[in-house]
Amino acid sequence: MVTLQSDARSQRLTAFLSGEIDHHSAKTIREEIDLAVSEQIPKELWLDFRDVSFMDSSGIGLVMGRVRLMELHGGQVSVCNPSAHISKVMRLSGIDRLARLQTAPQSVMAAAESNTGGESV
Amino acid sequence: MKVLNELKCSFPSLSVNEAYARTAVTAFAAQLDPTIEEIADIRTAVSEAVTNCIVHAYRGTTGQIELCVKLLADGWLYIRIKDRGCGIPDVPKAMEPLYTTAAAEERAGLGFAVMENFMDKLSVRSAAGRGTTVTMRKQLGVQRDA
Repeated sequence: MVTLQSDARSQRLTAFLSGEIDHHSAKTIREEIDLAVSEQIPKELWLDFRDVSFMDSSGIGLVMGRVRLMELHGGQVSVCNPSAHISKVMRLSGIDRLARLQTAPQSVMAAAESNTGGESV
Repeated sequence: MKVLNELKCSFPSLSVNEAYARTAVTAFAAQLDPTIEEIADIRTAVSEAVTNCIVHAYRGTTGQIELCVKLLADGWLYIRIKDRGCGIPDVPKAMEPLYTTAAAEERAGLGFAVMENFMDKLSVRSAAGRGTTVTMRKQLGVQRDA
């Protein structure tokens, strides 16, 4: 499952993922995110994993594919709030070298501030 | 090694059964009182093995996947996932991290790497045109006793 939220001001699209991410569920999630990305061409895509209860390497494929898609428009992908298990799968893949991993909501906020120069009104 | 308990089942290679397979294995493994991390490791490894059967072994077709789980002495969990699909021509190559024959479908090429890292033992036997058998073992309760 995925719920999308876009912030026009910061040109950021956030995908709140939930449930279990496997080969079966990844296809629908991918299609929904890609449709929104192609419509909005955001500068940043945040994949929020806080409500994901399970993920296998299909989730890595999902992140890698979105990194490639965002690179086409010079955009960036951030992985937010992965659980311990999801971080373990992410580390194994080396995906942390392609996408920014943000573990706590606080760090997400800090990143948001630094991205806008910390001077947003 | 003495088998204390055993589960056998088979199901068609439909992607909806990926969740069923990993849930069945973890439900069986519950009798070993695994930690949350051990459950996550097992679930992930089973999911990878079953997905390989669906994406690769029975590509473009539907076949049976046989699952066998055994509880052995000293907290060892044995898991065997078998298909009678296309087989893997070069097993060492297939096991290389990031190697995939299904990049267009966004397969990361990490299935075997996950199985190898999350379980204690992994063996892959395959014959072209005859199928693949993946056997994994993990000893549970080791960290807690240490």
